[in-house]
Amino acid sequence: MSLMKTFLSAGAALAISAVAALAEPGLIIDLGGKFDKSFNESAYNGAKRWVDETGGSYIETELQSEAQREQNMRKMAERDANPIVVLGFANGSTLEKVAPDYPDTSFAIVDMVVDAPNVKSIVFSEHEGSYLVGLIAGMKSETGTVGFVGGMDVPLIRKFACGYAQGVLAANPDAKVISSMTGTTPSAWNDPVKGGELAKAQVSQGADVIYAAAGGTGVGILQAAADEGVFSIGVDSNQNYLHPGSVLTSMLKRVDNAVYEVFSAGAEGFEPGIAVLDLESEGVGYAVDENNEALITDDITAAVDEAKAKIISGEIEVHDYTSDDSCPALTF
Amino acid sequence: MDLATILAILDATMRSATPLLFACLAGLFSERAGIFDIGLEGKLLISAFFSASIAATTGSVWIGLLAGIASSLVMSGIHGVASITFRGNQLISGVALNFLASGITVVVGESWFGLGGRTPQLEGAARFQPIELPFTGALSGVPVIGPVYAELISGHTILVYLGILAVAMTWWTLYRTRFGLRLRAVGENPESVDTAGVSVLRLRYTAIVITGVLCGLGGAYLSTGLAAGFVKEMSAGRGFIALAALIFAKWRPWYALMACLLFGFLEAVGNRFQNIEFLGINVPTQFMQALPYILTVVILAGFVGKAIPPRAGGQPYVKER
Repeated sequence: MSLMKTFLSAGAALAISAVAALAEPGLIIDLGGKFDKSFNESAYNGAKRWVDETGGSYIETELQSEAQREQNMRKMAERDANPIVVLGFANGSTLEKVAPDYPDTSFAIVDMVVDAPNVKSIVFSEHEGSYLVGLIAGMKSETGTVGFVGGMDVPLIRKFACGYAQGVLAANPDAKVISSMTGTTPSAWNDPVKGGELAKAQVSQGADVIYAAAGGTGVGILQAAADEGVFSIGVDSNQNYLHPGSVLTSMLKRVDNAVYEVFSAGAEGFEPGIAVLDLESEGVGYAVDENNEALITDDITAAVDEAKAKIISGEIEVHDYTSDDSCPALTF
Repeated sequence: MDLATILAILDATMRSATPLLFACLAGLFSERAGIFDIGLEGKLLISAFFSASIAATTGSVWIGLLAGIASSLVMSGIHGVASITFRGNQLISGVALNFLASGITVVVGESWFGLGGRTPQLEGAARFQPIELPFTGALSGVPVIGPVYAELISGHTILVYLGILAVAMTWWTLYRTRFGLRLRAVGENPESVDTAGVSVLRLRYTAIVITGVLCGLGGAYLSTGLAAGFVKEMSAGRGFIALAALIFAKWRPWYALMACLLFGFLEAVGNRFQNIEFLGINVPTQFMQALPYILTVVILAGFVGKAIPPRAGGQPYVKER
């Protein structure tokens, strides 16, 4: 009899936890790793903030290889996570396939547009944020040559590079922008050794400000810039603290806010469709804190704030590389 | 192309070639003794991890280096026990060790530092710093020689110089010492060595210990010289490129240096010229990135000639049947 009771209560406990699990949101960390100090880490920080504030819990998995995308997404849906946030443009085609199979589950994808009734697509205006940090780079550069090191060579990263180049040229029309890409496979998000070499090659060509838009590879780029005594610009998360005095600023992309909002809205408040996070909604921006405030002079702050206001009002139009796959300011 | 550009590329060549060189010489000792070692990659990786993490916790890169070498030696030991004592398949043992290194570095790293398999960023004495050779200042006024000395020869970390020294030492050991003669013999014809009353097992174990030390140095250079910390899979195939360089060099030390410098040079060129105009045509980035691999295939297929490995390579030695 007591055994029966044990079974029953165990069964009841299971049932309760199953109900509780229904409301748990899920987060799939993309290649490059959870602690890349950049894109993925920003998403993780958003989820953590939600946990700290609500006391809730969420399910998290981390991709180890390209082949796990679909399997991971399906598993997450079958574990009844709702809503599920997937990170990165590379998940687009997989989500297009998976989302219709789980019509009752809500998905949110960052950095890609997927057209399905249960998918929310969150895209950022990286070109606008990059324009602002490009402006800072152009004003700060003494050699008139600045560098850009991207991760994987994809349109999204070219969008960063293109916005950056436009900003640099706005500050100094004679400036030269050198652009390098780490690679053409997802491993390019996590190759700091190569990133460091690319940065050093740019320094030897005269670059004195280098913008890293390369996920985990960026750690090596910022390190090389600090070693060579030039400025660098971080990306996605605030990376100013990594090398105070060398990291000029960071192009913030508030993936954390995006994740936090999706988690907070939950399955009930979920709104499918496209959400564009731009300068106006503070989805992108540049970071100033105690580590770099000495580097950002008042002229620079004034110029950047003016450009920001003009972009928001539409007076300055920053060209978006992904709109027509070309860039007026930079050749790839 | 001016002198500064050429020097910058050659400087990058030295940096990129050094981990390859250590791994290549490591493979040379092992294969000359008749033990194939596919596990160079794994040894580089595990040494990169342990040297970075011990350097991060103790703050001393030298203690880190010792830890890296020790971890690489443990891997060598496992390979030795499996393939020499138990006469297992050397290729399988090597592949298994690669998997082991790839997994264990991330698991241990996560449990020690909680940074997703990374180590903290290394700073100051926890990294190998570039060393300025004497007379750099005195020679700086001399045209050509001044910049060449300052950029190319001076200003590397100590492990780069150690790598070049290791080539000379390897040559001397292999061709000018009794041990070297026996080592080469044990890879070609272990029976004759055994008949002469020399222990085949001891020779092979010694070779594997040297392999472990050299791989340890290469791995430590990766994470504490070239980069400033460990990230998962940071060896990125260098152990396999070193194996290719070894075949290319036909198992000879000075040629190994040349082969590694060539691979390093191709990588440096690929990094430097991502975007160039050539004869009025804009060469795409993708082509420049593929160039090192294309040239590798061309060189290996066209210019190496016949590469004959040590005759007893890959076969466990059985004294009597």
